[in-house]
Amino acid sequence: MSLSTESPGESTGTTPQSESAFVAGDIQVSMRNVSKVFAGRTGWLNRITGKTSADFLAIDNVNIDIERNTFVSIIGPSGCGKSTLLNIIAGLSEASAGDVMMDGQPIEGPGPDRGMVFQNYALMPWMTVEENIRFAVETVHPTMSPADLKDVVREHIQLVGLAGAERKHPQELSGGMRQRVGIARALAIDPQILLMDEPFGALDALTRGFLQEEIERIWERKRKTAIMITHSIDEALLLSDRIILMTRGPAAKIDEVLDVPFDRPRDREAVEAHPAYRELKHEMEQHLFRETRAVEASRLS
Amino acid sequence: MPTSAMQRARKKQRRGEIDENVRAIGLFVLSLVIFLGFWEIGARSGWFSKGMPTASLTLQELWWWVTNPFFNNGPNDLGIGWNLLVSLRRVAIGYLAASLIAVPLGILIGISPVASKAFNPYVQLLKPVSPLAWLPIGLYLFRDSEKTGIFIIMISSIWPTLVNTAFGVANVSKDYLNVAKTLGASQWRTVTRVIIPAALPNIIAGLRISMGIAWLVIVAAEMLLGTGLGYFIWNEWNNLYIPNILVAIIVIGFVGILLDQMFAYAERAVSFGGKSE
Repeated sequence: MSLSTESPGESTGTTPQSESAFVAGDIQVSMRNVSKVFAGRTGWLNRITGKTSADFLAIDNVNIDIERNTFVSIIGPSGCGKSTLLNIIAGLSEASAGDVMMDGQPIEGPGPDRGMVFQNYALMPWMTVEENIRFAVETVHPTMSPADLKDVVREHIQLVGLAGAERKHPQELSGGMRQRVGIARALAIDPQILLMDEPFGALDALTRGFLQEEIERIWERKRKTAIMITHSIDEALLLSDRIILMTRGPAAKIDEVLDVPFDRPRDREAVEAHPAYRELKHEMEQHLFRETRAVEASRLS
Repeated sequence: MPTSAMQRARKKQRRGEIDENVRAIGLFVLSLVIFLGFWEIGARSGWFSKGMPTASLTLQELWWWVTNPFFNNGPNDLGIGWNLLVSLRRVAIGYLAASLIAVPLGILIGISPVASKAFNPYVQLLKPVSPLAWLPIGLYLFRDSEKTGIFIIMISSIWPTLVNTAFGVANVSKDYLNVAKTLGASQWRTVTRVIIPAALPNIIAGLRISMGIAWLVIVAAEMLLGTGLGYFIWNEWNNLYIPNILVAIIVIGFVGILLDQMFAYAERAVSFGGKSE
């Protein structure tokens, strides 16, 4: 794992060892000098109507390497470009500059090698739980036999603890149950990487805590590479091997990367009792408070 | 006691529902009686124009036409059932043709911003044109009253379906499309399995408005055509027999309600329980 916010030219003093330590096979996702600019409105038409706006630099020169089979959380204040970063990895958004590679291949668009869990679940309301998952599997494996298809769907419904709800429609389920379907759908296509964009953001605190433990349990089974965007310090500490702290936007950068040393499999109590827990939590709180305060200050001025 | 509390609550709820319905029916019957009474007395004592039929005569005629719907003594003396079937047939053909054009075209316009911008001027220009304006064009083009009637139904009922379908397709939640994209779904699969089902409530709503318009237009179109409910009204106007015109209006209204309710049912069936998440 190597992360640096500086450009390679500036970082000669600090990173040569770690850069030489990269073995191609270890790194699954790598972002090199990635920036994202949302183009503003320009041109004579917008100028006449007074609707011009400036370009917005969301992400500024970010370098990330993510090792295979690790769980990485990205945490930062609101509007720091976390979701933009994830969308770039998902292929839903294109980097304005820099290289994004997965297994040595540039990411050129979305694909089923990356399974995505959405904050607002994004389940198809006209499909039942079963149909939502089957739709995903069928799309990725059009030639799969009906029997295999049925097995995969059933296996993943059981994995997320939704047996018995197969024929229900999403609107009949609670938020927590809906997100279980979202997770089952993402896992059912057997992706190389699991991408989660604030998966518990829309849930109440109790359900959120419960689902976090479920994710931990599910993740331990296959330990696929996972990248999660979150606002929650506890969530990041419970689930992650690495935590990437981002600075506030615009021009968000990576501020720091924390290694989370807790043994796996984890449970909340053991994690909270670990000697390193307080220090890590304190460090993250300080970072988030500092960045959030700066965001608030910049809004006032 | 929880059970007795529950029973009490349920009883109260039921009483509330009954109360409301009873009062609504009561008000409806009362207003109907007042209306018919005013009509009857007014017509008998000559408050309205000369020859205005009484309510009782109109209801007698309605009963006679409804109980003798199918007789055929030539084109100017045809049972109202036959006329209704002729009208329904024209509406069915014209409306079906309109839907077969409007739904696919609406999907195309909704998906492609280029198609949307390119075809929008036609839609905006033709949508507000009165159905009757098409009548001479239809007669000139087809030289046939039957085809002209269908043509007018078609061209009038195409727009609500087209506009609603395009709107529904263009506003499909980006999340659903992102799901399809991350799964690597083909364009065809995305359209058939995601976009069309997601837009279906809008499409059905458009089809419902179009059906209403088709039924609205048929009477006007048929006035010049020689058969159907529209011609029935025109014929009775020429006979200057007003009760039968009122009978036709009532029949048209009831059939309109039936057609609309069919679509209301279809709308409920595709509404995802009222939520779009």
